[in-house]
Amino acid sequence: MAQVRLEHITKVFGDGAEAATAVDDVSLEIPDHEFMILLGPSGCGKSTLLRMVAGLEDPTEGDVFIDDVRVNDVEPKLRDVAMVFQSYALYPHKTVARNIEFPLKVRGIGKAERAAEAQRAAEVLGLGPYLGRKPGQLSGGQRQRVALARAIVRRPAVFLMDEPLSNLDAKLRGDTRAELVDLHRRLDSTFLYVTHDQVEAMTMGTRVAVINQGRLEQVGAPQEVYDRPASVFVAQFIGTPPMNIIPGGLLGDGSVRLGVRPEHLRLDTGDGATGAGGGRVQATVRQVEHLGHEVLVLAHGNGDDGLALTARLPPEPGLPGAGDVVEFAFADRHVHRFDAASGERLP
Amino acid sequence: MRADRPRGWRLVGRYTVLGVVAAVVLFPIYAVLLQALKSGPDALDHPSSLLPTHLTLDTITTAWTDGNLGRMMLNSMLVSLLVTAGVMLTSLLSAYAFAFLRFPGRGVLFVFFVATMLVPAEVTVVINRRTADSLGWLNSYQGLVVPALASTFGMLLVRQMFLTLPKELHEAASLDGVGHLRFLWEVAAPLSRPTLGALGLFTFLGTWNAYLWPSQVITDEAHKTIQIGLEDLKTPGDISRFNLITGGLVIAALPIFVMLVLFQRQLVRGLTAGAVKG
Repeated sequence: MAQVRLEHITKVFGDGAEAATAVDDVSLEIPDHEFMILLGPSGCGKSTLLRMVAGLEDPTEGDVFIDDVRVNDVEPKLRDVAMVFQSYALYPHKTVARNIEFPLKVRGIGKAERAAEAQRAAEVLGLGPYLGRKPGQLSGGQRQRVALARAIVRRPAVFLMDEPLSNLDAKLRGDTRAELVDLHRRLDSTFLYVTHDQVEAMTMGTRVAVINQGRLEQVGAPQEVYDRPASVFVAQFIGTPPMNIIPGGLLGDGSVRLGVRPEHLRLDTGDGATGAGGGRVQATVRQVEHLGHEVLVLAHGNGDDGLALTARLPPEPGLPGAGDVVEFAFADRHVHRFDAASGERLP
Repeated sequence: MRADRPRGWRLVGRYTVLGVVAAVVLFPIYAVLLQALKSGPDALDHPSSLLPTHLTLDTITTAWTDGNLGRMMLNSMLVSLLVTAGVMLTSLLSAYAFAFLRFPGRGVLFVFFVATMLVPAEVTVVINRRTADSLGWLNSYQGLVVPALASTFGMLLVRQMFLTLPKELHEAASLDGVGHLRFLWEVAAPLSRPTLGALGLFTFLGTWNAYLWPSQVITDEAHKTIQIGLEDLKTPGDISRFNLITGGLVIAALPIFVMLVLFQRQLVRGLTAGAVKG
């Protein structure tokens, strides 16, 4: 158990004209036993941040604290962290059992004890029958579990995970998500988890830190980040389909941009039954996607501002077809307001 | 697949070319073997000297006893094994440093290492012999072994192999507290077994066949290796024993032949290592 604190962390790769800032002045506090998700698109610096906690990269500026001890100059092996890599990083020539117990062997723990520990970790993750196999003989999901087991046996204070599910198929990813949440509950450890998948972030994290271009955009509980996105970037990155962003000029105020989630757009049939009081946008339907339990209506605005809108509607009769001109309405309480220039949320 | 397979005259043409090349390569071996299996006078008896008639093992057994080849084979075996073990060890260590460690001057040092491959052995043999002389290493095993213990080629070969290992392996190991030597022995080296096998084989063959350096540092009988010892089998003027050296050649080639048969796959894998990733 441990808390992790990042203070004004900056990481610059290269120097001179080729310098690239991967992480830009990020401060973040991860309390004990939190499942913190670092979420952002590819190349936003989230993995670099994780690697700095692990000690695999040195921050250019700023300090990393684990349990109030500054660890900038502490070797990775002395930080009491375990990491699960996207590629799993299993030793291909060692059996599953040897892979799992290797960290214990390095620590000089006796053969019998290591075997018992490995056995226990393997059982927690359902790897019992595979202990004698080599990683090459396992499926992606099983390899991923071996990587987890290898992290568990060490009983580290902090688990670092770098997109551990991204090589799994959709079904397995769903199952493993639930298992990881369960594991977090049982292990009573601090998890720091990097992903670009907002579904993982929403379903697993106790809190989510959204990162964009090396900068921390917002930190909060998943629902809070969804309900009150701090910027246009967060609003569009979290939620599928993403939030509709409507230029305020359409509704008379050019200094703001309005955000409305697809589920909050209603078709205004002109009979006043929508009950909306917020605003209306006229658009032409481009495509209608029937997903069974819901229908996505994709439309573009009738102005020349390139406005694209998506509405998530119940599969009821009377839906428009491609080419129809419709009017979408939305209630005032569902409108998010962002500064048109900075993209930041307005109070 | 089937469409790619050559048929008819193309196939005939291909096998004809292969057959001719094989004959060119195999003829000297055939000639030496046949000469070795004949008595001295028979070996000179044209035109049947290259036909398998009147075969005998006398020439080979005489070469073995008269040439003291047993002792020389032992010397060669000892030197080749020591050099092979040494080269594999130094290649592993230096390749690890260049592949996994970051230290000031790494790039310059690496270029310096590789640059030594541009200097032919013939250029350095004189100065090296003087060094060996000043160390008192002439006519000694260390004179044969120590100068050959490090190989830039071996370092390069192993380093290339190490560079193909995923860097996450090294990172995962360092997080687990694995030190450099342990990572080398427990992870990097076992994963490089095919490359190391090929390097070992190349080194053994190269050392077994070495002529130039041993001929410079060894003059006494006790330390002679087989390749320079064969020279003693030359019998100018004695026609009855003129083919004695071919008998020695056959004996000297036997261990190599056995190695090639046993490790042929390693050799081919080593030659193609790094050609295709993965």
